Amino acid sequence: MAIKAAADSDTFPKLLIHNARVRGTRPALRHKDLGIWQTWTWMQVLDEVRALSVGLQELGLKRGDKLAIVGANRPRLYWAMCAAQALGAVPVPLYADSVADEMAYVLEHAEVTVAIVQDQEQVDKLLSISDRVPKLTHIVYDETRGLRDYDHSRLTSIDEVQKRGRKVLSEIWAQKNWDDMVAQGKGSDLAIILYTSGTTGRPKGVMLSHDNVLISARNGNLFDHLDENEEVIAYLPLAWVGDHIFSYAQSYVAGFCVNCPEAGETVVEDRREIGTTYAFAPPRIYENLLTLTMVRMEDAGKLKRRVFHYFIGFARKWGEKILNGERVPLHARLVYALGEILVYGPLKNRYGLSRIRVAYTAGEAIGPEIFRFFRSIGINLKQLYGSTEASVYITAQPDGEIYADTVGKPNIDVEVKVGDNGEVMFRSPGVFQGYYKDPEKTAETKTPDGWVKSGDAGFFDARTGHLKIIDRAKDVGKLKDGTLFAPKYIENKLKFYPNIKEAVAYGDQRDMVCVMINIDLVAVGSWAERNNVVYGSYQELAGHPRVYDMIEQHVAEVNRSLAEEGVLAGAQIRRFLILHKELDADDGELTRTQKVRRGFIAERYAPLVNALYDGSTEADISTEVTFEDGRKGVIAARVKIRDMQKIPAAVLEQAA
Amino acid sequence: MRAPSEKDVAAGDVLLAVEDVSLSFGGIKAIRDVSFDIRKGEIRAIIGPNGAGKTSMLNVINGFYTPQQGRIRFKGKTRSKMRPYDAARGGIARTFQNVALFRGMTALDNIMAGRTLKMHRGLFWQMLRFGPALREEVEHRRAVEEIIDFLHIEHIRKTPVGRLPYGLQKRVELGRALAMEPDLLLLDEPMAGMNLEEKEDMSRFVLDVNQHFGTTIALIEHDMGVVMDLSDRVVVLEYGRKIADGTPDEVKKDQGVIDAYLGVAH
Repeated sequence: MAIKAAADSDTFPKLLIHNARVRGTRPALRHKDLGIWQTWTWMQVLDEVRALSVGLQELGLKRGDKLAIVGANRPRLYWAMCAAQALGAVPVPLYADSVADEMAYVLEHAEVTVAIVQDQEQVDKLLSISDRVPKLTHIVYDETRGLRDYDHSRLTSIDEVQKRGRKVLSEIWAQKNWDDMVAQGKGSDLAIILYTSGTTGRPKGVMLSHDNVLISARNGNLFDHLDENEEVIAYLPLAWVGDHIFSYAQSYVAGFCVNCPEAGETVVEDRREIGTTYAFAPPRIYENLLTLTMVRMEDAGKLKRRVFHYFIGFARKWGEKILNGERVPLHARLVYALGEILVYGPLKNRYGLSRIRVAYTAGEAIGPEIFRFFRSIGINLKQLYGSTEASVYITAQPDGEIYADTVGKPNIDVEVKVGDNGEVMFRSPGVFQGYYKDPEKTAETKTPDGWVKSGDAGFFDARTGHLKIIDRAKDVGKLKDGTLFAPKYIENKLKFYPNIKEAVAYGDQRDMVCVMINIDLVAVGSWAERNNVVYGSYQELAGHPRVYDMIEQHVAEVNRSLAEEGVLAGAQIRRFLILHKELDADDGELTRTQKVRRGFIAERYAPLVNALYDGSTEADISTEVTFEDGRKGVIAARVKIRDMQKIPAAVLEQAA
Repeated sequence: MRAPSEKDVAAGDVLLAVEDVSLSFGGIKAIRDVSFDIRKGEIRAIIGPNGAGKTSMLNVINGFYTPQQGRIRFKGKTRSKMRPYDAARGGIARTFQNVALFRGMTALDNIMAGRTLKMHRGLFWQMLRFGPALREEVEHRRAVEEIIDFLHIEHIRKTPVGRLPYGLQKRVELGRALAMEPDLLLLDEPMAGMNLEEKEDMSRFVLDVNQHFGTTIALIEHDMGVVMDLSDRVVVLEYGRKIADGTPDEVKKDQGVIDAYLGVAH
């Protein structure tokens, strides 16, 4: 069901005129300023954008030029996007917190001629690199504070630019000129260049056309039934594709109101005042909310704490079912309703999510516990998988089909397939035009027939039909017989058990998957205490047969869940051992961010890895360790190895 | 923030002059025959080792202490005695070395308190929540919100100041002083006890207040880096006496000042 952008509103400026006509008096934007929410209607936004647009034209901005936008989520910076687009110029939003040097690269690469920035801080940054970006001729700023004594030959305030624009617009022909210019714009025109932060190498400029962004936004609205009554809060960086779609494109398409917070620190408070209905946040934001709640509850009175824990426990059992519209016994509904009054309602109000209809999380995997907590108290939290190259939407979870470990089904108009190497590929109307001035990289990522390689490995879950993302494609390997092997996916499944602290999986170019496991001393230690297992040291505990028995059960469970997962069913864990010492960053076994260094560990524990694959039941190892005070010592041990049964993939048919 | 009137002193002229002031508590001479001036629009620093009489000097300017000798000329009017109330009326605001806020009140209410002198409606009108008093309150709230915006403290607007970290309390105190729209702002160690980042922020605010509102500022500060960067002129006190007066560069080179700070072999 392809939705073509309507011919009369295939660009942002045309949509703005359309919105001013059909819902001119409805709120389009709010900004909390001096403690009061200031509102602009669609008609007012049109007036502001037009004045800014003509003013920028007076500064020399013309079709094809690039306008950099640097700052927080302020109404005027959003207007600047549309103002530039009306002229046929291309906005290039930059991350406001990047340092001057990073900005210089993007400004230079994008050949930016005019920059609109928020305040003195950004002006200072741009001025400090002005010799590296000779094409940048004008800087326009929003807040005048501190800038009075600056040389104003190349510096202008937005007020001044708009004033000039309004002066020109007082002539009747000027208004018509502007309308004509907007009418010249086409859906296939370049709408925006978004530079991806890029963990490796220089940032790449992703070019998106009006069609890319608007059709994706329209499909997104359709998917979640969003209309002009939504309220969103804009607080994520302007340069990030998510904000561009959620706080700009979807608002223009559906006509809903975008709210700009007073300051970065006031977002939670501002969200509470607005009562957003549609929200987006990376997992860490939900994590923070939950942690804060738990910490505050620990400080609460005894009665409150008991009420809280009782109802949260109850919600864990029934909340999701009620949210998913499943059949639930009457008494559960009644108690849940009471919980809503006493706990869930006030909590949601605190989070500013009382009126929430759809909340998304994306970017990285969210902990299942956190995910379920929010859903259980009645917040429709869902997962989404997207990328800048797709104008966000690749897959999302439809209402009522929510799982903690999937990213959902392909969005409307999006085709998704999994390549032979396990890499997820997609094709959609939102697929980007190319990387700016980098045809080589474009060709690497995008095939001639429009398929884009996501760089992520994934597979479709046979039970739910949802996509699951397992790892970055480059980290995924293959067993000798060609079976897909995703080490991080297996390791994460193991680490899900509190008794397992770390796991290192091997299997790439080998016959089978084997893992080395680190037990969690706190969890296993307290288990030992409860079960009368006596031990003298970490090493002794790690080698204890009963600990092995327990870990074996966990590994079997992981195998069972792998057996259900189609392409990964072949890569079950066949042998495992429990390491005699904890993996430690001081010994170089973990990175400082606590990620396992698989290659290094394989070298260091070569005798163990060899033993895993040569069939022996135990192996000797001695490793040098660095104690916390810097002294070095040697730990020697005999480590046992256990074999595991492979669970046939037939289990799959039972489940399906 | 305020339209200039004829009474105002032009930029660069002397706004306040201290002439031959001496102050003693019993046998202790806190200040001895000190004279200096503060010009309109400048940032004037008062520095000196511990016990040099800096805070006493501010208290004299502020009218909190009455000097036994000497005069103070403020906006062309000379007087030997000034009550704190008159000083405030006359346009002198200050912050304190140890933050002096209403700890149970919110940041907003604390700053609002700084507007007290600007409120003209009597108790009767204040008690009615409509008419002129309400209009007046809205006007004052707007002025206060501008200060909150200026100092970037939107997120703590409704927080009782007792719960705030020290650096933010100092900022609220500055906000309350600014709420008076003073002609002369006295800052008693505005950076004391702050970390580097807080100091940088506070320096930025002091400069911005000076530039944006044109407020004349006299400050006491121990961090020499801050003093030398911020101030236009510096007066140095030691044991109640003035030992130097001039631009930061001049003062830095002054042998008397170096001796006072580093000590000298007798």
